[in-house]
Amino acid sequence: MAMEKRVVFKSAWLPYVLLLPQLTITALFFFWPAAQAVYFSFQLQDAFGMTSQFVWFQNYVDLFKDSHYVSSFKVTAFFSVMVATCGILISLMLATMADSVVRGALAYKTFLIWPYAVAPAIAGVLWAFIFAPSIGIVTYFLKQFGIDWNWIINSEQAMLLVVIASVWKQISYNFLFFLAGLQSIPKSLIEAAAIDGAGPFRRFWTIVFPLLSPTTFFLLVMNIIYSFFDTFGVIDATTQGGPGDATKILVYKVYYDGVKAADLGGSSAQSVILMAIVITLTVIQFRYIERRVQY
Amino acid sequence: MAEISLHGVTKTFGKTEVIHPTDVTIDDGEFVVMVGPSGCGKSTLLRMIAGLETTTSGEVRIAGKRVNEVEPKDRNIAMVFQNYALYPHMSVYDNMAYGLKIRKLAKDDIEKRVQRAAKILELGPYLQRKPRELSGGQRQRVAMGRAIVREPAAFLFDEPLSNLDAKLRVQMRLEIQKLHRELRTTSVYVTHDQVEAMTLANRMIVINAGVVEQIGAPLEVYDNPASLFVAGFIGSPSMNFMPGRRAGDGVDVGEGLVIPLPPEARAGAREQVTVGVRPEHFVAGAGGGGPVFRLHVDTVESLGADSLLHAGFNGTLLVVRIEGHSTPKAGTALDVSILPGKAYFFDTATGKRLSA
Repeated sequence: MAMEKRVVFKSAWLPYVLLLPQLTITALFFFWPAAQAVYFSFQLQDAFGMTSQFVWFQNYVDLFKDSHYVSSFKVTAFFSVMVATCGILISLMLATMADSVVRGALAYKTFLIWPYAVAPAIAGVLWAFIFAPSIGIVTYFLKQFGIDWNWIINSEQAMLLVVIASVWKQISYNFLFFLAGLQSIPKSLIEAAAIDGAGPFRRFWTIVFPLLSPTTFFLLVMNIIYSFFDTFGVIDATTQGGPGDATKILVYKVYYDGVKAADLGGSSAQSVILMAIVITLTVIQFRYIERRVQY
Repeated sequence: MAEISLHGVTKTFGKTEVIHPTDVTIDDGEFVVMVGPSGCGKSTLLRMIAGLETTTSGEVRIAGKRVNEVEPKDRNIAMVFQNYALYPHMSVYDNMAYGLKIRKLAKDDIEKRVQRAAKILELGPYLQRKPRELSGGQRQRVAMGRAIVREPAAFLFDEPLSNLDAKLRVQMRLEIQKLHRELRTTSVYVTHDQVEAMTLANRMIVINAGVVEQIGAPLEVYDNPASLFVAGFIGSPSMNFMPGRRAGDGVDVGEGLVIPLPPEARAGAREQVTVGVRPEHFVAGAGGGGPVFRLHVDTVESLGADSLLHAGFNGTLLVVRIEGHSTPKAGTALDVSILPGKAYFFDTATGKRLSA
């Protein structure tokens, strides 16, 4: 076990002062809004926001009767599974390749990490342009192959677009963790497997992949959380949840119902549910990682 | 079982030649130890035999067949790594069975081989454990078990004992010896520890800076070192060297001491000659028969059975090994002579042994 480093302060109040900025930020931007959300989720506003009444769990009951909400759940589930799976698979492949190149390894690594520095909204706009129905370069090439591409009216294509943009944005993050994971596997293990008779493919699936499983699990949870929340910018900059509700994931619906449709109570109830999901995921993550053996 | 041979093998990394042309033949069933200081290229040589490193030029043959282009897995060798390289997510059993499963052996055959290896290595109770639940010595045994079950043509050992503590190292050394006696499999063993080399080897290959300095049975190398490097590297404490210059039929090493050159060494001796004497080849008084000279005892290390004296002569400290109880005190003088035929003469410039 690692030795715990303890710093002892002579002053009784100094530690609290040092903690204060972070605590203030957390309180101001997380605890307070979270508490507000819980409070509002029990309220029902009138259409103009002038009065409100306490309605217990009515907002929650309404939500699950609402077919739009249930469909948003399905959309989110599909979206996050796609983003997490594609993101993890592609970055694992890239990390494996970047780990094995000898020449120009640094250049590859740098380029692969760059997309992380791009804001989600910018990434969304970027991909929206590339795939734009009338002027997009990819649209043009797809047309050459006889594929009619228009994500503004085609819901499957809209989903594909936001998945691509979100995955592209997240690959760098996954790539970094996988690369670090790969580099922590002793080279002699791979050599031992090679001498034992395993070819490259078999070595990967029987040695490398199992040893990366803690990393993979961590990334799975992180990617799901990412696809639940951080993809808001991507969606807002491209499809805005459309066409219809085809790409309206939960977090976008929270925003849409609360800000655009002015249903403060319903929106708050949705964000409370979302919060509960993420808290559950995080707890699972910590529990699992803690029990997990570090090789 | 197989013979391994290297023919003019070299290795260059970039522009540096790390292995100079090397010719070695390791006989079938032989236990050969490659020994040298770290960075001398011994591991690179071993890895070239294993196929983990390409050869720049020359030929590696296993059982008479050229294997330069053969993948490690098809060379029919097994290797034991310094850090054991056990698969951490597999049980001891699975670690040993891994290579057999890949080679598609029948399940009961795998079971039989693993159980047999486990019996030889006393790993029976640990088969279901994970490597992290084992001690260093047990992990080392699993690594050897993984090599044994394969029943390969040759074992390659890459400093397998250097991660163990001193006591375990001695024990494992004996076990490796016993194992080789039982299995009689051609083995190549790399180490920087000359004690390991001396005790394990049928023959040892002393390597320095990518060059094979000497090949021979341990005692042969010990008694007849071919160069200054070998003389200094093999033996503990190492041989004493006294730089000197030729003076007629002897070598003047200072303080008026002239050590006579044996007839066969005279022809090759040039101006600068280094005289080497092992610590145990000094005797007190005139017992050696040659010239007697005076040492000034600086430090005494009593090891029990014998003592090591660090004694000054002509400005350098010589190590003298004497019987344990009649030790002179530090600060006193001691007259010694060299046992007959136990002074070694080297050309200072080339490091080559004269007359050998």
